Amino acid sequence: MEVRVQNIRKAFGRFPALDDVSLDIRSGELIALLGPSGSGKTTLLRLIAGLESPTEGTIFFGDEDASKKSVQQRNIGFVFQHYALFRHMTVLDNISFGLKVRPARRRPPVAEIRRRALDLIDLVQLSGLEKRYPAQLSGGQRQRVALARAMAVEPNVLLLDEPFGALDAQVRKELRKWLREIHDRTGHTTVFVTHDQEEALELADRVVVMSKGAIEQVGTPDEIYDHPVSPFVYRFIGQSSGLNVTLASGEIRFEDRPIGLRDANEADGPATLYFRPHDVELVDGCGGCLAGLVTGSRRVAGTRHLELNLGSAHPSVEIELPPERASSVDQSRIAFRPTKWKLYRRKEDLTAPPLQAQTSAIELAPTGT
Amino acid sequence: MAHDISSASAAAPPSLVDAATSESRLARAVLTAVALGFVALFLLLPLTTVFIEAFRKGAGEFLAALADPETFSAIILTLTVAGIAVPLNLAFGVAAAWAIAKFEFKGKAFLTTLIDLPFSVSPVISGLVFVLLFGANSALGPLLQSYGLQILFAVPGLVLATVFVTFPFVARELIPLMQEQGTSDEEAALSLGATGWQTFWHVTLPNIKWGLLYGVLLCNARAMGEFGAVSVVSGHIRGQTNTMPLQVEILYNEYNFVAAFAVAALLALLALVTLVLKTALELRYSDEIAASRRH
Amino acid sequence: MASRSHTRWRFRQPSVIPGFGLALGVTLTWLVLIVLIPISGLFWRSSGLGWSNFIALAFDERTLNALAISFGTATIAAIVNLVFGVVLAWVLVRYRFPGKRVIDAMVDLPFALPTAVAGIALTTLYAPNGWIGSLLDPLGIKIAFTPAGIVVALVFVGLPFVVRTVQPVMEEIDREVEEAAATLGANRFQTITRVLLPGLLPAGLTGFALAFARGVGEYGSVIFIAGNLPYVSEIAPLLIVIRLEEFNYPAATAIAAVMLILSFTMLLVINMIQAWSRRRYGYGS
Repeated sequence: MEVRVQNIRKAFGRFPALDDVSLDIRSGELIALLGPSGSGKTTLLRLIAGLESPTEGTIFFGDEDASKKSVQQRNIGFVFQHYALFRHMTVLDNISFGLKVRPARRRPPVAEIRRRALDLIDLVQLSGLEKRYPAQLSGGQRQRVALARAMAVEPNVLLLDEPFGALDAQVRKELRKWLREIHDRTGHTTVFVTHDQEEALELADRVVVMSKGAIEQVGTPDEIYDHPVSPFVYRFIGQSSGLNVTLASGEIRFEDRPIGLRDANEADGPATLYFRPHDVELVDGCGGCLAGLVTGSRRVAGTRHLELNLGSAHPSVEIELPPERASSVDQSRIAFRPTKWKLYRRKEDLTAPPLQAQTSAIELAPTGT
Repeated sequence: MAHDISSASAAAPPSLVDAATSESRLARAVLTAVALGFVALFLLLPLTTVFIEAFRKGAGEFLAALADPETFSAIILTLTVAGIAVPLNLAFGVAAAWAIAKFEFKGKAFLTTLIDLPFSVSPVISGLVFVLLFGANSALGPLLQSYGLQILFAVPGLVLATVFVTFPFVARELIPLMQEQGTSDEEAALSLGATGWQTFWHVTLPNIKWGLLYGVLLCNARAMGEFGAVSVVSGHIRGQTNTMPLQVEILYNEYNFVAAFAVAALLALLALVTLVLKTALELRYSDEIAASRRH
Repeated sequence: MASRSHTRWRFRQPSVIPGFGLALGVTLTWLVLIVLIPISGLFWRSSGLGWSNFIALAFDERTLNALAISFGTATIAAIVNLVFGVVLAWVLVRYRFPGKRVIDAMVDLPFALPTAVAGIALTTLYAPNGWIGSLLDPLGIKIAFTPAGIVVALVFVGLPFVVRTVQPVMEEIDREVEEAAATLGANRFQTITRVLLPGLLPAGLTGFALAFARGVGEYGSVIFIAGNLPYVSEIAPLLIVIRLEEFNYPAATAIAAVMLILSFTMLLVINMIQAWSRRRYGYGS
């Protein structure tokens, strides 16, 4: 089912947890709410579930205004970070619970409840464990029970709060793949909260990046990674470096020297240049480049990471090179130029009125060569 | 998210959301009324009655009742018995907790169960076992008596019965507390060259002092208030082997209600002081006490 | 040789901490002198009675009645305490109201108030001319000097056991579990009866058993209010005292032995409840 969040504001006392957030969740999609802790992602999830009520704004399930319904009436499936299984009930009883508590006229017959629960146990690959108690299961198995329990009520939307947060790395990876398979098979509209960007990018159809109670960007993993709309997203997703530069007649200058990058459409003044460590090329001789001293070198899997000092006034910059390239270059001093980059300017840095007044940052140049 | 969900929803006005984790306003009011009514009926009312009955004929009668020589000697006897029994069980409790909490040995769980045993014995039986041990038709009693040592119907018997019923209090407070604290502090002190006694006085004791006080408090309340066990071994010799609770019984059975309730009021006051101190200890040292309260 | 010393049976794990011998020595000596010898003395004396003599004494009609009254009233009182104790603990854990801290502290009153004091206070309240008794008397309800009076006294002494065993378990209930039940469509009543109360069962049973065990042996608070009529309101501990006053030591010993065996069985049952709960649900009480 399609879920529309419209102009939601939520304050806890005087602390605003969410400020004017709107989001359209398409039917059947797997969407991730990604952000650092305190960004409001869990609050948004709990608002959709009906476990919190919004200070302002509405939430629609399809064409129905869900804000007027209690959590019991919304028919959602919620998977808690610490599973919240009923520990005095067996796996089978946990999964059947949602069907058993329905009012008599909507409750399936006992045999039907049992059949559906057993089907779900099969789906989450826990066959044979239906008589176990939660205390007798591993963390990963408990998480599967929690998911099956949430799916048993055939929810309008499946909501997962840091579903893999309490598991160790190996189990996390397996369950991640498995959750994607389950989603593809069942087609539930699914929203999950995570602070792990790798998890969000790998698993989700679309990613919602949140910061300080607001949505920074919504997009597919590719859009989020390749076209971040703000410095926050650029910094939060993947690795990046930001350098303070100035623009003069369309030419980007670092420390008052041109670096061989141009942006003709932009006004003069200070700006910040962002690029990723792997989007760089080495240049011979420096007619227009960035140059720095190598202060550190680490081998990470298939690439070598070099840490460069571009001058004491600037933070150090990291670039990634294939190991053979890294060893062939002059070890002490390296000249390079970003191949993909973006300029962001703060409003007060602009002398001319900004083109898009609402956004805090403006994408100026198309990606480089 | 780091926000505190429970305090947030408690502050919010009643809404659809509250239905998830709390009862309706009506249900809350009914449950609170039932609980408070129960407390009032079974706890507050009896307590109030004690003081009202004690002062029914005024403060003068109250004080006169306490000044009665037999009552006065009962007060002295109660203080004496508790004054002997509590330190004995304090020493035992510390030794037992040291052995059980700081070491791993075979049969530890069984030993812990044995220490708790007196709690599951009827007070009357606690007294009876000493009557059987030292009574006229036992082996020990007449033998000790021939040396001029009177156990039953005398202070030693009262002390023995009191020690028996208050046996587990101190140990039971200390064992969980000391288990939680582990042995690393002591090991550190020993590695710095402290002797065993120095380690105990300067490291262990400061760590357990509030738990110890708590245990002594409960032990003392029970020691001064014990009725059944003491009643069986006392012989009820007025002015000699009557403790305060026994004096209450005698005065009450003589229909001397003001005097009975005057002594009872003193004991109730002791209970109130115990509760106040206990609550104060819990408030201030809640973490330490919470660990020791898990029985 | 090294492997042999490695697997050798050890009484205790090695430790650098001193004082084990002294502490255990004091503990065992004290335990044996104060508790074990006196209790074994009782069993030794009752075994000296001979089997048929023991049966005759322990199961004489007045004794059986006294035991039935003790166990019956203790059961009723423990049930009352279970119901109201759970409600009281819930109100103390979940709700806010003025004076809550005082009420919470008051729950321990029966632990601190001498039983004789409680006994005469309850008797005064529930006697036909007392505050509560005079309200009930016109309705034909008599509490003091009847078995109902025994129940009242036992409710008083047993109350803290239920509240104090259930309360810490309630405090640790995970809010997420209640939210989970709500997201699955359970209304509040269903959440309480199907999720919360079953989770409290082990603690509730433990509190019930503790209150019951205490009630069976209780003496001081009961004898004033009970009326102590043989066959009607005479409790087993009182009968022991009566037999002692008659210098009928064999009868007193036999009743005491029966009661001790029953109390130790209760203790065993409590331990089994907790072990079962830990094994199955991963938590005890």
